[in-house]
Amino acid sequence: MSADTKSILLKPIFANNPIGLQILGVCSALAVTTSLKVALVMCVALTVVTAFSNFFISCVRNYMPNSIRIIVQMTIIASLVIAVDLILQAFAYAISKQLSVFVGLIITNCIVMGRAEAFAMKNPPVLSFMDGIGNGLGYSVVLIVVGTIRELFGSGSLLGIQILPLISNGGWYQPNGLMLLAPSAFFIIGFLIWALRSVRTEQTEKDEFRIAAHNVAEASH
Amino acid sequence: MSSKDSVGGTLKVALLLCVVCSIFISSAAVILKPLQEANKTLDRNKNILAAAGMYDAAVTPESEVADLFAQFTPRIVDLDAGEFLDETRLSALGIDPATYDQRAVQNAAEFSDALSGEEDIAGLKRRVRYATVYLVSDANGEIQDIVLPISGYGLWGTMYGYLALEGDGNTVKGIGYYDQKETPGLGGEVVNPRWKALWPGKQVYDQNGAVALSVVKGGGQGIHQVDGLSGASLTSRGVDNMIEFWMGPMGFGPFLDNLTNR
Repeated sequence: MSADTKSILLKPIFANNPIGLQILGVCSALAVTTSLKVALVMCVALTVVTAFSNFFISCVRNYMPNSIRIIVQMTIIASLVIAVDLILQAFAYAISKQLSVFVGLIITNCIVMGRAEAFAMKNPPVLSFMDGIGNGLGYSVVLIVVGTIRELFGSGSLLGIQILPLISNGGWYQPNGLMLLAPSAFFIIGFLIWALRSVRTEQTEKDEFRIAAHNVAEASH
Repeated sequence: MSSKDSVGGTLKVALLLCVVCSIFISSAAVILKPLQEANKTLDRNKNILAAAGMYDAAVTPESEVADLFAQFTPRIVDLDAGEFLDETRLSALGIDPATYDQRAVQNAAEFSDALSGEEDIAGLKRRVRYATVYLVSDANGEIQDIVLPISGYGLWGTMYGYLALEGDGNTVKGIGYYDQKETPGLGGEVVNPRWKALWPGKQVYDQNGAVALSVVKGGGQGIHQVDGLSGASLTSRGVDNMIEFWMGPMGFGPFLDNLTNR
C-alpha cells in the first residue's frame, strides 16, 4: 500500500474525522448509539455504503452530466442503502427492527454525500473506495465511543451483557436515564470534540470575530 | 459544451442510471424476499409463544420455535359476531388463517371499520373485522390457551402485542409487546420481564362480565389490577385502554363469551 493510500485511509480516523472535525453525520450518531450492538451494525452499514458509493460514483465521474450530478449521486447512494436495508432484514432481522428508519436515513447522511462530492468526483475508483472506508472508520470510532458510554451508564450493560448490576434487578447501579435520550449524545460528542481539539490544537478554528469588551458606561443606558 | 453535458447526453445517462439501479434493487428484493418473510414469521411466532409463557429468548433455542408453535392453531374470528369464520366464508374472503396479517389490512375499507370518537379508546382510528386468534387444545379438545392480538396508542406510537388467556377466557397467562416506540427506560419497560411477570393470574372480567382488568398507579394488588410503569403514565394508560378496548364489546368480548358459554 502506498503512503498516499494509507494516509487517505487513516487520516479521517483522527486527523480529519467526519464527525469530530467536519461535523457531518451527527444526527444518526445521536439516534443509534443507545446500545453498542446497534451502533456497530450502523457503523458497518455506513462504511459499506460510503465505500461503495464512492467507488461507483468515481467510476462514472467522467460520464456524469454536470447538470444532474447531484441526483445521479443520490440515486447511486439510495440504491446501495436500499440494498443494505434488504440484506439486514434478511440476515439480521432483530437488529434491522431496532435500526428501523435509520438505515434508510443513511441516504441523507451528510458523510456519504459529502465524500462523494468532495472526493469521489475528483479521484480514481480505488482511492475513492479507500476514502470511503476511512471516513466510515472515522464515523465508527465516534459511534463506538459514544455507544459504549451510553449503553454502560444508561443500561449498565455492554453488547447486552450486564456489567453493572441494576438496582431493579437487585444490584447497586441506578441507571442514568438521560444517557438513553438523544441529548446525552450531544454532550458526549461535544466532549469528544473538545478532547480531540485539545490534543490536536491545529483543529481548533480561529475566531471569526472578537466579542468587544464590556463597557460599563454604555451598558448603563 | 462537451457531449456528456448536452441535453441528449444528460437524458441518456439519466435513463441508463435508472435502468441499472432499478434492476439492481429489484433483483436484491426478489432474491432476499423468502428470507425476510421467514424472519417475520419466526419473529411473530416467537412473540405469540412468549406471550403464552412458552418461550424465553435467553433459554429456548431458535430451532425449537417451529415445534413449539406447531401446538397453536390459528383461527380467524369475526369480531362483531364473536364467532370463528368457517371454511366457506374464509375462502369467500380469500383469507388463509396461517398467513392472514390483520395489521396489513388495518386501513383497507373491505376489511375494517372506522371507529367513532367514543368507541376509539385505544386510538386505533379503524378496527379490523377479522382477527387471528391462536388456540392450544389438549388431547380431549379442551382449549388450554387463547392468544389474542392487541394494539393501541401509547405515548409515541401504536404498540402491538399479544395477550394470552387461559382456557376459561378470563385468567391472564401473559402479555407481550413485539412492536412499540415508547421511551427507552420508561414506557419502553413494557417489554421488561419483571413488569410482564405482574400479569399472569390476573382476571380480565368481574362477576357481571364487565372488563375489570386495569393498569393502576401504585399497588395493583387486586385480582383485577396491575401496577403501572413508574415514570410512564401515558404508556400505562395506553396499555389500560387497549385492554379495555380489546376485551370489551368492540374487541374479543363477544368471541370470549361464545367460546366459554359465559
